[in-house]
Amino acid sequence: MNIHLYVPCFVDQLYPKAAMAMVEILEKLGHTVEFEEKIACCGQPAFNSGYWEEARTVAARTVEGLESAEVVVIGSGSCGAMLHKFYPELFKETPLAEKANALANKTYEFTDFLVRKLGVTDLGAKFPHKITYHDGCHGLRELGIKSQPRQLLEKVQGLTLVEMKEAESCCGFGGTFSAKFPLVSSAMGDGKCASALETEAEYIVSADSSCLMQIQGLLTRQQKPIQTIHIAEVLVSR
Amino acid sequence: MSQDLTHRAVIKKALGAYEIKRDENRSKYLNWQEARQAASEIKWEAVNHLDHYLLEMTKNLEARGTKVFWASNAEEARQYVISLAVEKKVKSIIKSKTMTSEEIHLNGALEKLGYDVVESDLGEYIVQLNEEPPYHLVFPAMHLTRGQIKEIFKRKLGSDTSDLPEELTMVARNIMRQKYLTADMGISGANFGIAETGMISITENEGNARLTTSFPKIHVSLMGIEKVIPKLGDLAILLPLLATAGAGQQITCYNTMIGGPRQPGECDGPEEFHLVLIDNRRTELLADAEQRDALHCIRCGACLNVCPIFKNSGGHSYGTTYQGPIGSVITPHLRGLQDWKHLSSASSLCGSCTEVCPVKIDIHHHLLHNRRNAATQMPVWWERIAFKGFSIATANPALFQLGIKIARVFQPLHFLVKGTLFDPVRAWTQTRDLPNIPAKSFRQQWKSKQ
Amino acid sequence: MNGSKDQILARIREALRSQAPVPGNHDYSHLAMTPSRPKPELENFRQWLPPVESNSENQWDLLTKSFHALKTDFGLLESKARLIDFVLELQRVEQWKRVGIHHGAMTDEIASHLEIEKLWVDEGYDPQAMEQCEVGISECDAIVAQTGSILITAKSGGGRGLSVLPPHHLVLARTSQIVPDLPSAYELLYKRYGGNFPSMISFITGPSRTGDIERIVVLGAHGPKKLTVAILKD
Repeated sequence: MNIHLYVPCFVDQLYPKAAMAMVEILEKLGHTVEFEEKIACCGQPAFNSGYWEEARTVAARTVEGLESAEVVVIGSGSCGAMLHKFYPELFKETPLAEKANALANKTYEFTDFLVRKLGVTDLGAKFPHKITYHDGCHGLRELGIKSQPRQLLEKVQGLTLVEMKEAESCCGFGGTFSAKFPLVSSAMGDGKCASALETEAEYIVSADSSCLMQIQGLLTRQQKPIQTIHIAEVLVSR
Repeated sequence: MSQDLTHRAVIKKALGAYEIKRDENRSKYLNWQEARQAASEIKWEAVNHLDHYLLEMTKNLEARGTKVFWASNAEEARQYVISLAVEKKVKSIIKSKTMTSEEIHLNGALEKLGYDVVESDLGEYIVQLNEEPPYHLVFPAMHLTRGQIKEIFKRKLGSDTSDLPEELTMVARNIMRQKYLTADMGISGANFGIAETGMISITENEGNARLTTSFPKIHVSLMGIEKVIPKLGDLAILLPLLATAGAGQQITCYNTMIGGPRQPGECDGPEEFHLVLIDNRRTELLADAEQRDALHCIRCGACLNVCPIFKNSGGHSYGTTYQGPIGSVITPHLRGLQDWKHLSSASSLCGSCTEVCPVKIDIHHHLLHNRRNAATQMPVWWERIAFKGFSIATANPALFQLGIKIARVFQPLHFLVKGTLFDPVRAWTQTRDLPNIPAKSFRQQWKSKQ
Repeated sequence: MNGSKDQILARIREALRSQAPVPGNHDYSHLAMTPSRPKPELENFRQWLPPVESNSENQWDLLTKSFHALKTDFGLLESKARLIDFVLELQRVEQWKRVGIHHGAMTDEIASHLEIEKLWVDEGYDPQAMEQCEVGISECDAIVAQTGSILITAKSGGGRGLSVLPPHHLVLARTSQIVPDLPSAYELLYKRYGGNFPSMISFITGPSRTGDIERIVVLGAHGPKKLTVAILKD
């Protein structure tokens, strides 16, 4: 399959390892991976702040840039939700409506793509650590991703998954929310960190780097003995 | 900060038991999701044919002696109740829980005129004594500890009890019993209005609404126009959903349907029953087809109970009658978008509210819609510039790259200003560290890989 | 005097000229999968609500479980004599001096054995006198197995006050009055009262309670502290 990998802007700049891991996994499965360099962002920051016109300007480039793609895979539930769920709403009754719908229907979040579209769960990974999993809200509630990452993690050799309390509760990132309401955002994150620490896991794994940035930011500041890592990086570990 | 933490601990503890019971009762349903869908369809039918069902309900109510008053706004509703109290020479008034009364600020208006107005719901009574608004739609006094409540009772009632919830509850019970029997007017809310049979339905646990609507010779019920449902039998699914979502119960202790004043052949009940139907800008929300489903709300409070913002900021921080996610959706419609749009920004859009809503209101997406409407009608100048800049920067990946390169150069110096007023990313770094920007972006690695 | 009836109706009609998205699906119609499903009507609710088995023994088990969970006291009485003994025993233990009661087949029978002051409510009564009663005795329309609810109306339950003012509410019922679930209870209401409903209908599910102080359940907030259901086997 010819897969277009959509790399969210902050993953591109801050977490390239996660994106490189996705490339490695998809190629190892025998697929061709493409990357559209002209696209920088899905437009979510403007969209979530209510500036839909500006968001449309940004998003139009994604819609048009990916028009010919066979299938689009995104390593983030949040940007995945933007393309899969919100683009059709954003472009409703505009000339790009049809293309936005078409893009929505061929866009998959990374773990969802592996498990549901490709039917693959065992990637031959080894990660001899105790981990806990954080469900990113967009992936979980907008895209219905819950079992997919767990199915993948289950097949990783040496890995022990300990579910934390309130695995489904928000980490408090929320994009611009984290800067507009930093104290509430951090309080939410503190709750998340506390649940994760209770499990005594070595790693918090998630499919959303933005959540991990929030969680790691708090953990580093508070010098807590647990690390965050993107699920793709776990799945390429040998 | 420590006060905040104590407060959060109180709220967390209060909700802990609720969560367990809610999950337990929800799991008994053959199909909770389909039950939600059914409830959503019932409310959709009613709200989207509101004129029809309101007329059917009021016709049936009036046929059995109920006086129906249609109030366009809070002022009309208050005036009607006040005029009635004057006309009937009312002295004391007992109330059971009604958020609509909070919405129209009825208590203050009545008290100003010298009426003795007492809230009979225990939680409402506590916050009334403490002279503060309800903290939560359903659990008005959940922010107060038993110790604080004991102090409030001691200060206001001169009671001398321990802080045991049983003892404190009995203090309120004993005071209230004579009030039910001697009040001239009982004011209640209405959880549902039933078109088919001309009734209101009241859901409660304490029995105070039963008593309020049984003994005073005048019963006044305040009801938002959106509360009407088509059929009596619809309650067979709405009552359990309301109880499970709102309080974690299978069904609450009393669910009472009232179809008028005392009827011929009946031995008790009020001589008069007045239903005040309140618009108060609900029709403006109705006109917004996109967010019309917000009028499905049955005020169960489930969205508050799961909301991380509510749990961390608390019910009073909203400054609204209706707190939590649903309050943030509807308040801008009921009280003005520009003054209340900040509520819609105060959300991480996590979607827990939408997930639990028993009538499937698209709550968190409506927060997005409010943000869009606010930005369209009256954009914040610096945000507009920021997002214009954002759209230009992202149009040109090279420019975007440049910005990141600059950031990368300066990041090693960040420690000099980190967390101070000069820190450009202070909002983040007050409480959190930033990740180190890696030497090579994915783009660069991708290019060299090709 | 209707207030702003016409203006409100006009605003509603104007508002409804625009079409709302279909319920539960919102505006994400491109993702919609709407399998045909039963209409949200009374006869279909059982497909989604907590299930109740059809045989009466199972329903009885479910009912007793509900009663236990709700702290509703109950007795299953084999005969009229047992029923009378059950009530007289309660009277002895709780030392009732005054009882509020209404006329009915079962209540009349019990009343004839209670040699204490009786406040008959049927022709109207003094609420202050009812406040002095240690117990209110009433009949009911039905008992709901699934929820442990007692269905009363102003007609079957001796008006509005009797079942809620005295600190103890004693309900007299028969096993044939047990219905499986809430939909059945509503079906019964339609059938029994049709176009002429009593002015008050109430589902009573356990003794009065509150959780308003630290969410700790306290019984007897305002209504009865105790609810007893005496069920005579048919």
